[in-house]
Amino acid sequence: MQTAAPLLEVEGLEVEFRTRQGIARVLDGVTLSLKPGQTLGIVGESGCGKSMTALSIMRLVPTPPGRIGAGAVRLKGENLLQASEARMREVRGKDISMIFQEPMTSLNPVYSIGDQIAETVRLHERLSRRASLERAVNMLKAVHIPAAERRVREFPHQMSGGMRQRVMIAMALACRPSVLIADEPTTALDVTVQAQVFDLLKEMQEKTGTAIILISHDMGAIAEMADRVIVMYAGRVVEEAATDEILESPKHPYTRGLIACVPHMEEQPPPERGALTEIPGVVPSLAALGAGCSFAPRCSHADDLCRRQAPQPFTVGTDRRTACWLYDEPGAP
Amino acid sequence: MLLAVIIFNFILLSLVPGDIADTLAGESGGASQEVMDDIRRTYGLDRPFHIQLATYVGKVLQGDLGTSYYFNLPVTELILGRVAPTLLLVVTALVLAILIGTLFGVIASRKPNKLFSHFVTVLALVGFSAPVFWTAFLLIVLFVAMLEIMPLSGLVDPTTPRGTLAWYLDVLHHLFLPVLSLSSIYLAAYSRLARASMMDVLGSDYIRTARAKGLGETTVTYKHALRNAVIPVITIAGLQFSHIFSGAVVVETVFTWPGLGTLAFESILRGDTPTIMGILFFSAMIVIIVNLLTDIAYRVVDPRIRSARNA
Ligand SMILES: Nc1ncnc2c1ncn2[C@@H]1O[C@H](COP(=O)(O)OP(=O)(O)OP(=O)(O)O)[C@@H](O)[C@H]1O
Ligand SMILES: [Mg+2]
Repeated sequence: MQTAAPLLEVEGLEVEFRTRQGIARVLDGVTLSLKPGQTLGIVGESGCGKSMTALSIMRLVPTPPGRIGAGAVRLKGENLLQASEARMREVRGKDISMIFQEPMTSLNPVYSIGDQIAETVRLHERLSRRASLERAVNMLKAVHIPAAERRVREFPHQMSGGMRQRVMIAMALACRPSVLIADEPTTALDVTVQAQVFDLLKEMQEKTGTAIILISHDMGAIAEMADRVIVMYAGRVVEEAATDEILESPKHPYTRGLIACVPHMEEQPPPERGALTEIPGVVPSLAALGAGCSFAPRCSHADDLCRRQAPQPFTVGTDRRTACWLYDEPGAP
Repeated sequence: MLLAVIIFNFILLSLVPGDIADTLAGESGGASQEVMDDIRRTYGLDRPFHIQLATYVGKVLQGDLGTSYYFNLPVTELILGRVAPTLLLVVTALVLAILIGTLFGVIASRKPNKLFSHFVTVLALVGFSAPVFWTAFLLIVLFVAMLEIMPLSGLVDPTTPRGTLAWYLDVLHHLFLPVLSLSSIYLAAYSRLARASMMDVLGSDYIRTARAKGLGETTVTYKHALRNAVIPVITIAGLQFSHIFSGAVVVETVFTWPGLGTLAFESILRGDTPTIMGILFFSAMIVIIVNLLTDIAYRVVDPRIRSARNA
């Protein structure tokens, strides 16, 4: 897997939003790469730009007020940021698909789910109505929806949240995309259903070989699903590594805090609420970011250099990077 | 429901001072007390109130709306003769207002900061605040007095042979200004409503899904967004139907359009109670029918309602 050429590469991506407080740089130099069949996890606090990264890859950033300022998104070498809108419409749903956090509202309430799945197939593969509806039924079967032949004619309001998320997965995978972006696909679902959806994603990945970008708050899910993880903070990637490396020896102070926050299931539950670790402070306003490292105000290791200048990602070991001055010199902690 | 309407109308109208005897006496230049009593006896107005009410309700239930004091014709017949022009006016105005209003709203919503969107906002403001009769007079000044391309009043030029193509075209020609005046308010209201509703829908999650599937903006707007955005428009249009009916009274009067509105207006002046009550009863029925039609429209557009009602 190490040698395979990247399928999707994001490089130096910058996204800005015009807000009342001024220009907010929502993404600042986001870089990531995804190999065929791999799963990449993206973690980080709310508002750090995970969804915006996903939307930028699809070029669906709402413009205005948003704007992709700089960078490249390369799919099999083709820079999508320079592609025409018509070309992007070909890519969306066919090469790169996306499922969203809110299964309750992500399906159009006035069309049957069969129509909605078939629509994608008809659009991208120019199949007949019949054939595309047949594909819809098969996809519903693949995502384990019982009585698929009947369900295909039903409407979103007739299904539960978990069921709808399965439909979304069926729809996203109907044209066999090479990349599936799942933006917190289980956040809105209850815990038992969450596990089922993750299992389904894994199963579908094994069947279709699609690469997945999994955005999640849930470290447990990331640990189980992802091959590699990137950690984002205030619009920047602060650490990137293989999943076990990041879980076992997080480098960046923010990542360490993040992993310490995860309660360990095997141990006894903490005796009191205060015992749950949390990272002190809050995420800074993106419009008010200074020149220094954006995590510095909350970091116990911060010094003058951190406050003056933002660190570039430094390579640590063989295949991991972290944006922290602590790792400037080889052999640092 | 209908019964309540009938009784309510009856009580309301009996509270109005003056009756048919006063009117007839007034028209013939005064009459003696005996003549007036005589008239009242003929029409049963001398009997106690509850008997009058019971008699009327009983007749209506048999489909008899009574006899017009003024025309001396059965009210049912009188009304049926006037229904077609009114329906033509109201339905055309409503359909135009909904279609054009929604279209304006959709176009405006796609570019909320462009000129056209501001135009729709202004149009909505003007259309909504201008009284119908004022709009009507303004249109008359413009099209009839200044441009001289539109007829002033009536349904059709009486010299045109009935039933020919020319006749139909002439009706359309006469229809133009009344429909324009009547639809102006609703056009304004619906375009504003459709614009707001579309902007709301365009920001929703399923529109993002549709875009993520690779659909073009036209499909996203007209297939995925419009069908959802039109639901509030249907609701309001259904609720406002009785409103547009009362607007029709004004427009018909201004353009002497021979519909129910003119009849209602004249009958009120004449104190022709059976006709007024007949018209009110008829309007109530139409409003009920329209509510049914609205319901059907809902079912066609929105599957959530379809299954909720079937369950
Ligand atoms: N329409 C907008 N206008 C201004 N700022 C926006 C807009 N949409 C998003 N942002 C900003 O972009 C930043 C990144 O948002 P994003 O949705 O990517 O966060 P996220 O990491 O996905 O968070 P969550 O975990 O809550 O989904 C946030 O700080 C948010 O305030
Ligand atoms: Mg998000």
